[in-house]
Amino acid sequence: MTSAVQFTGVSRHFGSVRAVDAVDIDIAEGEFFAMLGPSGSGKTTCLRLIAGFEQPTGGDIAIFGQSAKGVPPYKRHVNTVFQDYALFPHLNVRDNVAYGLMIAGRPKAERHRAAEEALELVALPGYGTRKPSELSGGQRQRVALARALINQPKVLLLDEPLGALDLKLREQMQEELKALQRKLGITFVFVTHDQGEALSMADRVAVFNEGKIVQVGRPEDIYYRPEVPFVADFVGSSNVLPPEVTEKLTGKRCHAALRPEALRISESGHVATVRATSFIGTATRVSLVMDDTPMVALIPKGQEIPAVGAQVNLSWQDEDLHLMEARS
Amino acid sequence: MHSDRASLGLKIAAGAGLAFMHLPLLLIFIYAFTTEDKSYQWPPPGLTLKWFSVTWSRPDVWEALSLSVRVAAISTAIALVLGTLCAAAVSRTKFFGREAVSLMVILPIALPGIITGISLRSAFNLADIPFSFWTIVLGHATFCVVVVYNNAVARFRRTSGSLIEASMDLGADSFQTFRHVILPNIATALLAGGMLAFALSFDEVIVTTFTAGQQQTLPIWMLEELVRPRQRPVTNVVAMVVVLVTFLPILGAYYLTRGTDTVAGQGK
Amino acid sequence: MSDLSLHTGRSGPLTRLSDWLWRNPRMLILLLLTPPALWLGIIYLGSLFALLAQSFFSIDEFSGLIVYEFTLKTYGELFTPANFDIIVRTVVMAAAVTVAAALISFPIAYYAARYAKGKWKAVFYLGVMLPLWSSYLVKVYSWKLILAKEGILNWLFEILHMKWLLEAYLAIPVIGGNSLSVSWTGTFLVFLYVWLPFMVLPIQASLERVPTSMLEASGDLGANPGQSFRYVLLPLALPGVIAGSIFTFSLTLGDYIIPQIVGSSRRFIGQAVYSYQGTAGNIPLAAAFAVVPIVIMGVYLWVAKRKGAFDAL
Repeated sequence: MTSAVQFTGVSRHFGSVRAVDAVDIDIAEGEFFAMLGPSGSGKTTCLRLIAGFEQPTGGDIAIFGQSAKGVPPYKRHVNTVFQDYALFPHLNVRDNVAYGLMIAGRPKAERHRAAEEALELVALPGYGTRKPSELSGGQRQRVALARALINQPKVLLLDEPLGALDLKLREQMQEELKALQRKLGITFVFVTHDQGEALSMADRVAVFNEGKIVQVGRPEDIYYRPEVPFVADFVGSSNVLPPEVTEKLTGKRCHAALRPEALRISESGHVATVRATSFIGTATRVSLVMDDTPMVALIPKGQEIPAVGAQVNLSWQDEDLHLMEARS
Repeated sequence: MHSDRASLGLKIAAGAGLAFMHLPLLLIFIYAFTTEDKSYQWPPPGLTLKWFSVTWSRPDVWEALSLSVRVAAISTAIALVLGTLCAAAVSRTKFFGREAVSLMVILPIALPGIITGISLRSAFNLADIPFSFWTIVLGHATFCVVVVYNNAVARFRRTSGSLIEASMDLGADSFQTFRHVILPNIATALLAGGMLAFALSFDEVIVTTFTAGQQQTLPIWMLEELVRPRQRPVTNVVAMVVVLVTFLPILGAYYLTRGTDTVAGQGK
Repeated sequence: MSDLSLHTGRSGPLTRLSDWLWRNPRMLILLLLTPPALWLGIIYLGSLFALLAQSFFSIDEFSGLIVYEFTLKTYGELFTPANFDIIVRTVVMAAAVTVAAALISFPIAYYAARYAKGKWKAVFYLGVMLPLWSSYLVKVYSWKLILAKEGILNWLFEILHMKWLLEAYLAIPVIGGNSLSVSWTGTFLVFLYVWLPFMVLPIQASLERVPTSMLEASGDLGANPGQSFRYVLLPLALPGVIAGSIFTFSLTLGDYIIPQIVGSSRRFIGQAVYSYQGTAGNIPLAAAFAVVPIVIMGVYLWVAKRKGAFDAL
């Protein structure tokens, strides 16, 4: 099967800044693919390269097996939901949604019918005559989605589409987007800096750091089996043990990841000093120092919280200590 | 605490300042109705509407007015095209020398008008170009570009770049994007800029004295009357009409750009 | 949704041109810039440099023809007492007009920026914009009416029985004269009136950028309103004042019509340029005179830029 989007050694350099540096990606058709990383890590530039707003300075991008080299955005079977939605302020909702059809020269009646159908799909029936400025943030987001879907793209690109929404709406939209992707079967490429969002929605996640992809995999793999310290730290806020400490514990010299919720304060174990504690609702976050390495443990509700400055013993199950032997 | 009410002294100073700016213009309105025609006598010995009909039947006033309107219309059209192109280039991309482009646009009004005027005149002389309607337009269009440019650049800055990307993403090529997205979004700014450019050209006298040859625009006609008065009441009437006529585009430009960007006063 | 297949390799000539421009974004910029660059570069800058080049030529004293040889002689002529007087006179006038305009503008701008709300805001804004944009000549003309011997100002002095005061003022040398309309004071008043709006707008713009919370913070830290004004507001408004002064200064330096209509026979730079290029036919000296305001403004702008005045434009 051909890939929906394939990057082969793609780079995008701005002067001396390597926004995207020799990236390889293979996104399968019908996949919900997330690009995750901190701001400035190159994930948005990758999205813009697929859309055609940027052109690579090296390597090649293929969309459904065809090279995208020299193909302008308006000739790609790809549509985008923008971070700021980019709704046309001079057009009403219906004309915004039907914009692609208007450009394609479809007759008015057909445009209006298709726009209404698209608005129903995103649960905004009857909003066609309103102006974008009269809509709430969540409604604008849906209009942007309907506008991008009306052209029946083969790949839908979403650039932090939920970033501007409040928490509750964001969780609701996450579910709706996932359901919509299943229903339409379109390839979704989703850019986010929120690991929770990426892990809960995507079939596969690519983690970006400094212009490169550091790990690609299923959400469980990314979360439980990070291959490099950056992924362990960024995706799950894991404790990263330096090679010296790991060597003392296991005899193997490599980085290791230890999830905060896997740590227990018990009668025996490794000695650590409590530096600070903070209550975070479902649990208490305890910052400690073990072998000169800062650590964080999550203590569930109901258990005793140690005092700041106290010496405690830390323990964990052996299988929770994840060794990053491959690439560290 | 910073008080929310202005002190009496400030109110008086601000009010007096505004009055200083407006009373002389009001005076012109009164003089347009005076019966006295030999001097600038105050208070007017009597009021009459006679001078309006006298002015109406003066062919030299009509000719000057017609020339001014034609020059302003053509200069505005040229300035609209050049100013929009410049603004589009400067605002869309960062390129080497964009500061130089801004400077080049602003220079014709930043330098005193007499320098622009003399430069053009001596250039016309050097190149053996006879003075004509088009030499006036050449000068006017040059300093009108900046007004359109200022308005257009402000609007381009407020128009999100992702709108253009969204349009291309949805299948519109550069020209369709210009027609369906860019133009509707900058239209009011261009209209406002065009109105101001028209007002600027309609009123210009310093550069025009150097580029007009024997032809008289309305300001040149007025300048003649100021230096060598022939029929003072006619000048009074023309002055009043000119004030009223220039107010219209200013009010129009103000309402078009209200709440979005400010009418660039430094355009003048 | 209906079955549509978009992006079907459209290939009209416009689309092909668009594709090409997309692949060569620099060409797009070049195409956009070419017409304005040609117009302004050739017509305007070309003329300007041609004029400046002429300032390095000189005029033959006997034949009255221009000698096309490089010389600084013409610039030397600027420093003859008569010509140097013109320069000093103009600069002093420009400075006086600028200071007076700043003093009158500040309360207007301050009130408009801090206190005027809603409808009054619009009134103040238009109240400055309308005089700014109304006809320059009409504004000059209105002062010819005001300052005339039989005009409103003399009439006011008369009915207030203060004619003696006006006469005493006019008897002062340099600033006085036969009547107000042929005195320096008259010229000064007209300059001030005509350029005043150019000072108000930038000051207002800079004052509007001072957040109210900053004045509240100053008051909170123990400053009385006068101190807040002196130590917070005034320094923050200074770039606006400088920006406005660029206009009033530059416009006064280059004007030749106002002193010709209201004023004495002593000339300003603009008049000198005008008469040297016109009746005298001495283009090199006119060009050299034209360089004076350019140099003065160049220095002025350089200082202003260092003070951050351009942010207030």
